[in-house]
Amino acid sequence: MNDATLTTASSTHSYLDQLEAESIHIMRETVAECDKVVMLYSIGKDSSVLLHLAMKAFYPGKPPFPLLHVDTTWKFREMIEFRDRRARELGLDLMVHINQDGVTRGIGPITHGSELHTDVMKTQGLRQALDLHGFDAAIGGARRDEDKSRAKERIFSFRNAHHRWDPKRQRPEPWRLFNAHKRKGESIRVFPLSNWTELDVWLYIHRENIPVVPLYFAKPRPVVKRGETLVMVDDDRLPLAPGEVPEMRNVRFRTLGCYPLTGAIDSDAASTEDIIRETLDSRYSERRDRVIDQDGSASMERKKQEGYF
Amino acid sequence: MNVLVDPAALERDAVIYGHESKSLLRFIACGSVDHGKSSLLGRLLFDAGLVLDDQIETLRKDTGQFTGAVEDLDFSLLFDGLAAEREQKITIDLAYRFFATETRKFIVADAPGHEQYTRNMATGASTADLALILINAQSGLTQQTRRHALIAATLGVRHLVVAVNKMDIAGYAQDVFETIEREFRTFAERLGNVELTFIPVSAKKGDNVVYRSKAMDWYRGPTLLQKLETVDVTPRAAHQAFRMAVQWVSRPTPDFRGYCGMIAGGQVRPGMEIVVQPSGQRTRIDQIITANGALDRASVGQSVTLTLTDNVDVSRGDLIAEASAPAQVSGRLDARIFWMGAGTLAPGGRYHIKLGTASAAAVIAGPMQLIDLAEDAAVKPVDRLMSNEFGTCRLELDRPLAADSYEANRETGSFILIDAETHDTVAMGLIEKPATAAVTAPIRTSILGHVTVRAARLLGANESHSRSIAKAMSWRATGSIDTFVISWVITGNTAIAGSIAITEIITKIALYYFHERAWALIPWGKR
Repeated sequence: MNDATLTTASSTHSYLDQLEAESIHIMRETVAECDKVVMLYSIGKDSSVLLHLAMKAFYPGKPPFPLLHVDTTWKFREMIEFRDRRARELGLDLMVHINQDGVTRGIGPITHGSELHTDVMKTQGLRQALDLHGFDAAIGGARRDEDKSRAKERIFSFRNAHHRWDPKRQRPEPWRLFNAHKRKGESIRVFPLSNWTELDVWLYIHRENIPVVPLYFAKPRPVVKRGETLVMVDDDRLPLAPGEVPEMRNVRFRTLGCYPLTGAIDSDAASTEDIIRETLDSRYSERRDRVIDQDGSASMERKKQEGYF
Repeated sequence: MNVLVDPAALERDAVIYGHESKSLLRFIACGSVDHGKSSLLGRLLFDAGLVLDDQIETLRKDTGQFTGAVEDLDFSLLFDGLAAEREQKITIDLAYRFFATETRKFIVADAPGHEQYTRNMATGASTADLALILINAQSGLTQQTRRHALIAATLGVRHLVVAVNKMDIAGYAQDVFETIEREFRTFAERLGNVELTFIPVSAKKGDNVVYRSKAMDWYRGPTLLQKLETVDVTPRAAHQAFRMAVQWVSRPTPDFRGYCGMIAGGQVRPGMEIVVQPSGQRTRIDQIITANGALDRASVGQSVTLTLTDNVDVSRGDLIAEASAPAQVSGRLDARIFWMGAGTLAPGGRYHIKLGTASAAAVIAGPMQLIDLAEDAAVKPVDRLMSNEFGTCRLELDRPLAADSYEANRETGSFILIDAETHDTVAMGLIEKPATAAVTAPIRTSILGHVTVRAARLLGANESHSRSIAKAMSWRATGSIDTFVISWVITGNTAIAGSIAITEIITKIALYYFHERAWALIPWGKR
């Protein structure tokens, strides 16, 4: 195999091919080294890419783990429709967990604020679901470019029995050698998209023709302007101020979450190509549109230490 | 009928295609404290137009600089990620940054400069193609600079880019730059086969980072960004023999058996003759399966699923290698070790080893040497390695594994050690050579393969043979005195008691030895 013309072919893998191969490698390592694996499916674009990679990683078989969605009951309606349709189409085992304690207490983003709502319905809901089923590894779609504290998080990231993250006690990850040995009570969060950026995700969605929730594409939607944030009126639970009337604006979303906590942007981008162009030209990072990240400068790091994904 | 194509749409597609087909460069940025590494990276991003408006807003908030030119902001603050780091104004942990230009995506491992964080630097360098080493023009080469260069070169980083920073403070003087370059080149002779590039820069003023410096027209080399965008990124292992560690055996249906893994060296084609290591079974590649269809060739860096023409026994941890150029199979490894554990590394220490996808138990054996990074890699015999030290030692494994030298292949020549109690990753290992051992010759049939592996395990189990024999003798001495006393009490005859005890000594020493070695093979109940 010393044919030079053959060996040069190897350098032609594009960076997307390399990111894809690395993510597939990470998923296979997780399944091989852990006992009970689950994939967290949040319905957003990163989850769509993660699911696509999982389908590829275990082809011709199906991914050997279920999907878990922690439903806060405040997701956009289109997200829930999309979630159920994708699970059906791909024939995957989808588990939905809602923190019933939070529902009983009537916790919501409008009545209790974004911080308490996220903590109870998302962070605690996730912990309940993982404990309930005894999962020792949860694959998630977080990326290092999302937040400063994420930039230092490992691909195999450990949580203690109380699901806390200790940034000072992280294991080095040289080469592609991941250490999945757990101490008693520990579980692992695995992030196969660690080295992807928002632009990479969109380029890959475009290249692979991956279905995403239609909310990412611009179309006229009813919104109200609250401060600098455009909030979509997705159902009648959003209280309107006296005299406040939803207006139809051509908007789309860069990230998806609970609808009262997710800001829309004015946009005409109606296709993945348009979105890529918009992302290339953008002067703002995507997290700016998320209300929860603006709670405090070190808010993501603190949430993560408390067990937020 | 003619189909009219919107020229803007065509151009748009070309842009998208251009972004999709970019190449990838992983590099590590290292520099001593105060040499301005974060500032240089920040400047690089800012001048390349990659710092977003809301990040600048946050930066203004963090610095209290609500007015003034954007160029004067402290870009190093873009990078301090953890709350403790911001409080102490230092970088504690390795961070990964991403940016992309028109032609390349960059993954930057940002390693802190403190000595005690050698582990972070070594981790970052392990996957890097290029190391960016910062030197402060005023202070010149420091001990840490040498240390960083040595670590990078040791871990197989082929391109070293030395950025001499703060040239603005040094009056943009050519002789300052050239003195540092000369000194570094002299030192770098010991680094082996690395490509050196020297660039005079000012992170503060932006000279030679993205834009060519007007103040240093005597410099004719590339700017930092030009260098990063043009350096050759062909993986070294592309030119090596085919290697793939089996990660996972895919059995979606009873009649399908595929071996999943990421190709660690060379390339593979259907029909190629391969050897499964360490068992030594030979067969051929049947198909290269991916979700995008079967391939007629796959190469280093691709994640694939292979099927084989014969029904051979392959499981996770096995290495599939080119039959004409197999890896070495050995239960003994001579390696260079970055010791990262809290305690010491000393002969007799027992660890889990992860080499590729294979796991085994490893015992540290002598002789041990320290490679002193503070003294330009001087080699000294030692009896242990302290935390953050680098040295050499031999490892005895409880089973033979397939491996290459790190020099030949970064993936199949590297391993980590895992502490059996804390489960922490405590060492990075670079294989110098797998020691020639009992089984290097490939065995053709699978039954014989298994027998050989079993035999090799018997011979190369966790404990040395002299230890097993010593244990047998000490046990026998204790046991035989007991037998003599019992026989004497029962028979009342010292002569009979004596002969029973002596006969027993001889037969049972042998029995004990085999009993002990047999137990060594059984993993059950071991911790």
